[in-house]
Amino acid sequence: MLGKLSFSAIPLDVPILVGTFLGVAVIGLAVLGAVTYYGKWGYLWREWLTTVDHKRLAVMYVILAIVMLFRGFADAIMMRTQLALAYNGNPGYLPPHHYDQVFSAHGTIMIFFMAMAFMTGLMNLVVPLQIGARDVAFPFLNSLSFYMTLVGALLINISLFIGEFAQCGWLVYPPLSEMQFSPGVGVDYYIWAVQISGVGTLLTGVNFFTTIVKMRAPGMGWMQMPVFTWTAFCTTVLIMVSFPVLTVTLALLSLDRYLGMHFFTNDAGGNVMLYLSMIWTWGHPEVYILVIPAFGVFSEVTATFSQKPLFGYKTMVYATCSIMVLSFVVWVHHFFTMGAGANVNTFFGIMTMIIAVPTGVKIFNWLFTMYKGRVEFTAPMYWTLGFMITFSIGGMTGVMMAMPAADWILHNSLFLIAHFHNVIIGGVYFGYIAGMGFWFPKAFGFKLNEAWGKRAFWCWFVGFYLAFVPLYILGLEGMTRRMNHYDNPDWYPWMLVAEAGAIVIACGIVCQLTQLYVSIRDRNLPENLDLTGDPWNGRTLEWSISSPPPAYNFAVIPDIHGLDTFHTEKQLGLKAHGKPLAPIHMPKNTSAGVFIGLFSFILGFASIWYIWWLAAIGLIGIVATMILRSANRDVDYYVPVSEIEHNEEVYSRRIAAAQAAE
Amino acid sequence: MAQAHTAHDGSHGSYSAYLIGFVLAVILTVASFAAVMTHALSPGMALAALTVLAVVQIVVHLVFFLHLNTSSEQSWNLMCFIFAAASVIVIIGGTIFIMHDTAINMMSR
Repeated sequence: MLGKLSFSAIPLDVPILVGTFLGVAVIGLAVLGAVTYYGKWGYLWREWLTTVDHKRLAVMYVILAIVMLFRGFADAIMMRTQLALAYNGNPGYLPPHHYDQVFSAHGTIMIFFMAMAFMTGLMNLVVPLQIGARDVAFPFLNSLSFYMTLVGALLINISLFIGEFAQCGWLVYPPLSEMQFSPGVGVDYYIWAVQISGVGTLLTGVNFFTTIVKMRAPGMGWMQMPVFTWTAFCTTVLIMVSFPVLTVTLALLSLDRYLGMHFFTNDAGGNVMLYLSMIWTWGHPEVYILVIPAFGVFSEVTATFSQKPLFGYKTMVYATCSIMVLSFVVWVHHFFTMGAGANVNTFFGIMTMIIAVPTGVKIFNWLFTMYKGRVEFTAPMYWTLGFMITFSIGGMTGVMMAMPAADWILHNSLFLIAHFHNVIIGGVYFGYIAGMGFWFPKAFGFKLNEAWGKRAFWCWFVGFYLAFVPLYILGLEGMTRRMNHYDNPDWYPWMLVAEAGAIVIACGIVCQLTQLYVSIRDRNLPENLDLTGDPWNGRTLEWSISSPPPAYNFAVIPDIHGLDTFHTEKQLGLKAHGKPLAPIHMPKNTSAGVFIGLFSFILGFASIWYIWWLAAIGLIGIVATMILRSANRDVDYYVPVSEIEHNEEVYSRRIAAAQAAE
Repeated sequence: MAQAHTAHDGSHGSYSAYLIGFVLAVILTVASFAAVMTHALSPGMALAALTVLAVVQIVVHLVFFLHLNTSSEQSWNLMCFIFAAASVIVIIGGTIFIMHDTAINMMSR
């Protein structure tokens, strides 16, 4: 009846998990209680949960990303603490079974549910606004994508309290992830969480690709597109090519596990090495899916806060596109040591080194944008400068490991760990936080607190170097990754330094939370309010409308005459378009995404625990909701001109108030 | 929203185009069967012939049945097709390159 599920699956014997569960339960009940107490369930359901508005979905994505950041970081600091203790006979406080789950969950959560969710959130908020569109191409699919991501995140977190998580790393390499060696439900949790969220990511890719291709404002040719939109475009292309590969790879692994097939087993004709090749065919483009939009953020931030057009817009676009193409022909550098011959390793090694060229072009473009600019040192600019230094170091250690001969020594050592944290924290994370600070006023109508933002930056920046430079050194000294305990006295002091770094980073996260709290508390102070919708003297279209924008974004779709049209018109003092207002065609909110998400959750959870009748209910529910949604013709409405006029009038009064205050 | 609903009526080919396509497809199919069943070619040659015939078959289907051509209203379809073909070549070709080389080097086959 309940498949593998029984009371023994609940880890009551692990005090850390019981404590965590109590904490999560208390916070969860507090949130639910608060919503009930203030009578906000109807508001939450109508305005947020069933929304198809890309700006609100963006906010929900970023909230999910921040919650997942806490989870992922908790895992990280647990690992660092374990390694600061487990030396010279001391077993530490995390037994291997638990420790292995922690490092697997850390990687999976940080990539799939922190970074991907954050990236999708930024794209959702900014791309339609930058291209002068009123929503994305498929608003319902956008809501569905969010729920798929959310369900994946829920499944992976439920594995904490019911059953276990995978113990074989964030990419669950076979043969360790096969039934023979991982008979528990951990790998199944991984497979279903990643597969379900993968559906969401793929839909997002298709959605934003279509949006950017078909829905740009009149006059916006390819070379008039803002750089962030270009980077989002390249990311969607990478998503559409690479995510199906991940889906197939994990589907084959599930066939091995569920139906006893032999794609990746050691016996009966399976080939373990094929899994490595296939997972990295997705995995390498994936890291570029994450970092390319961050490059877009830095381009917007640098140009805006240097008060200059971006230096070398065209080279920036070409560099982004070449990175997109090259990122597809480098995947072997993740497994140079697997046993391929010199031909294969040389080809992929050289291709990897070539990626450093367009990336270097970008670094110089940002530097020359700042050169002779009037640089305003705001918090997003701090993150950008920190990125340029940190990412350059990470890029150089990457080129070191691109040499197959050097990789033979560094493979799977802590040097590798230091390298990819160097580019993912220094590139991806710094970029997303810069983007969050930059676009926060657009989403909410008030700015984030600068002082706390800069404190957060310094903690992250210093903490990063404290935590990861020791890992470079340890890697060169021969310490491998995923080690539970060790007895080499040379390593011990460096592990203590790394632990100190993790604590400094924790201070950075506390600063970020304080920043959010302080900003919300002081949101009505005149210096924090964004009345004009253009707090930074911005260059692109998203700054031409009120903050937060109305649901339809643009009262009239702007005409584009070149790069940074909004900024040019502002300089020339041109008044905005005198075009007559017309009723605006908009999509209606829908609960279909919520229900498909709910049934997907049931399907995933039931399949993990082999509760097949429940899985059937989940599957039928998904299909039935789809059919009901397809049969529903009442999916759109028109915003009447009177409402648009009213909103426009409020907006002009706010601008007048802001001008009077100056 | 309005921009998303631009009508697209792709060209629906003429009767003769369908007929030519059908005849070509039949000829190619018969030729494939003949290449194997008559034993006129050595196994290696038969495999090569089948590959060529299959690729031509794909092109025939694309041109005559899916109406893929170089006209402006088809440009996005054509571009997507070329893009998909390139991705497939990189992913499948790359995987074969890697796995074949590994198998030789590790003497696993």
